[in-house]
Amino acid sequence: MFELLGIPPQVLMGQLLLGLINGSFYAVLSLGLAVIFGLLNVINFAHGALYMAGAFVAWMLLNYLGVGYWPALILAPLAVGIFGIVLERTMLSRLYHLDHLYGLLLTFGLALIIQGLFRNYYGISGLPYRIPSALAGGHNLGFMFLPNYRAWVIVASIIVCFGTWFMIEKTRLGAYLRAATENSALVNAFGVNVPLLLVLTYGFGTALAGFAGVLAAPIYSVNPNMGADLIIIVFAVVVIGGMGSIMGAIVTGYMLGIIEGLTRVFYPEGSSVVIFVIMAIVLLIKPEGLFGRAA
Amino acid sequence: MSDGALLRVEGLQGWYGESHVLHGIDFEVARGEVVTLLGRNGAGKTSTLLGIMGMLPRREGSVVFDGTETIAMNSRRIARHGIAICPEERGIFASLNVEENLMLPPRIAGGGLDLDRIYELFPNLKERRRSQGTKLSGGEQQMLAIARILRTGAKFLLLDEPTEGLAPVIVKHIGGTIAKLKTEGFTIVLVEQNFRFAASVADRHYIVQEGQVVDMIANADIDANTEKLHGYLGV
Repeated sequence: MFELLGIPPQVLMGQLLLGLINGSFYAVLSLGLAVIFGLLNVINFAHGALYMAGAFVAWMLLNYLGVGYWPALILAPLAVGIFGIVLERTMLSRLYHLDHLYGLLLTFGLALIIQGLFRNYYGISGLPYRIPSALAGGHNLGFMFLPNYRAWVIVASIIVCFGTWFMIEKTRLGAYLRAATENSALVNAFGVNVPLLLVLTYGFGTALAGFAGVLAAPIYSVNPNMGADLIIIVFAVVVIGGMGSIMGAIVTGYMLGIIEGLTRVFYPEGSSVVIFVIMAIVLLIKPEGLFGRAA
Repeated sequence: MSDGALLRVEGLQGWYGESHVLHGIDFEVARGEVVTLLGRNGAGKTSTLLGIMGMLPRREGSVVFDGTETIAMNSRRIARHGIAICPEERGIFASLNVEENLMLPPRIAGGGLDLDRIYELFPNLKERRRSQGTKLSGGEQQMLAIARILRTGAKFLLLDEPTEGLAPVIVKHIGGTIAKLKTEGFTIVLVEQNFRFAASVADRHYIVQEGQVVDMIANADIDANTEKLHGYLGV
C-alpha cells in the first residue's frame, strides 16, 4: 500500500472517516441552526440540548417502552420537534419584535435548564445505547475497516441534508420560506400564514437536532453534556459557512469535519482548535461567512 | 358615490412606533375606479396604502372594504378579503426566481389571471422566468410586482409608485396595463409622484398632506386646477 508523508493509509483513512462522521453531525446540526436563524432570526442556543434530548428520548423509548432504534429514529425527532413547537408558541414567539439577543438569551437559558434536568436524573457518566443489530459489524475495504453503523450515519445525514436543501430550494413551501426570510411582512400581506411558517420551521429545525441525537446515541454514549460539547463547534461551523445559508451550513459541516480529521493525522495537537482558527480567519477575510450573503 | 364605495377610509390614523404618520385619512374608492393619492414626499401616501393593507405597526379609525370593517384585522386576513399590494420598491424576492415570485402570493379568490395570460401581458417575464427575481431590469421587476398580484384573484389593487425611476417607454407600458386592468373590472389605488402619469390613468385624485386628505380633484377638472395642484405638489 502507498504511504503519504510517512502516514500509513489505515491511519489516514481512519481519521478521514472519523472526520466525515463528525462532519455529518456538524452538517445536520448547523443545518437546523441555519434554517431557524434564516427565518426566525433566532440564534438557537438550545440546539445542543435538543440534540441531547433526542438521544435521551431514543434511550428512554428503548429502556422504558422497549421501542427500538428504527422507530426511535422517527419518534424521537417528532417528540423533540413537538417540544420545539411548544417552546416557540409559548416563549420564542413573544420575542420576535425584540433584538436577536433576547432569543439567544432565552434559548441559552432553556439549554441550561434542559441539561440540568437530565443531569439531575441521569448523572453524567453516560448511558450505553446498542447499535441496532441490522447495522452491527462492518466491512473490510482492504485499506481500512468500515463499521456499518458509521457508514449508515454518513448516508443518513447526507439524505437528510439533501432532502432539507431540496425542500427549501426547490418546492413551493420552500419558496414561501425563502420569501418570508427576506420580507415576512410582505409575505404575510399576500395572505400567507407566516406565523404558521415560523412555528413549523422551528419545529423542523429542532426535530433535525433530535434526529442527530438519535444517530449519535450508539456512537457516543448518551450523556447530558453531549450537546454542550458539540454545540460550540457547530456554532463555529455556522459562522464559517455564513449565518442562514442552507448549502453553506451543509458543505461547511462536512468540510470542517474532514479538515479536523486530517489535522488529527498531520498535527494532532491542533485538532481541537483548528475549526476555531479557521473561524477566526474567515471572520477576518469574509465576515459574512464562506457562503453568506453580505448583509 | 358613498353607496357604491368598495373601499371607505374614515379617520385613519397610523403610527410607526412613536411617530404619528397618519392624522385622520378620509377617502373612498368606488368599484372599478382608478384613484390616485398625490402629495409630496413624506406626506403619508405610502403609509396610507400600508394602513389599508394592515401593514402599519399601529392603526386606528375605520377601513371598510366591501362592506366589512377591517381595522382590527391583520394584513393576512385583509389580503384574504381581496386586497393585494404592489409595494414601494417592488418587493421582489432575491432568493426566488421570476416564476417563483409570480407564484408566491396564494390565490385568495377565483377569477385571477392564469400564468399563460400573465405571460401574454408581460412577455419579458416568460423569457426570463428562470432568472433570479432581482436580476431583472427595474422595469421588468415592476412588471413582475404587478403581475404576481393579478394571479391571486384580488380585484382591488394598491400600487405604490409603479413608475418610479423607470424609462418613459416602460412607464407607457405600465399605463397601458393599468388601463387594461380597469376595463377588466379591477379597482386600483395608485400612489404617484409622477403627476402627468397619474392624470393619464386615473378617474380621481386625492391630495395627501401631512397625513390627511386635503382635497379631491376629478380627472376631468384637472386642467382647471393645474395651479392649485402645483401648489400642493410643489412642482
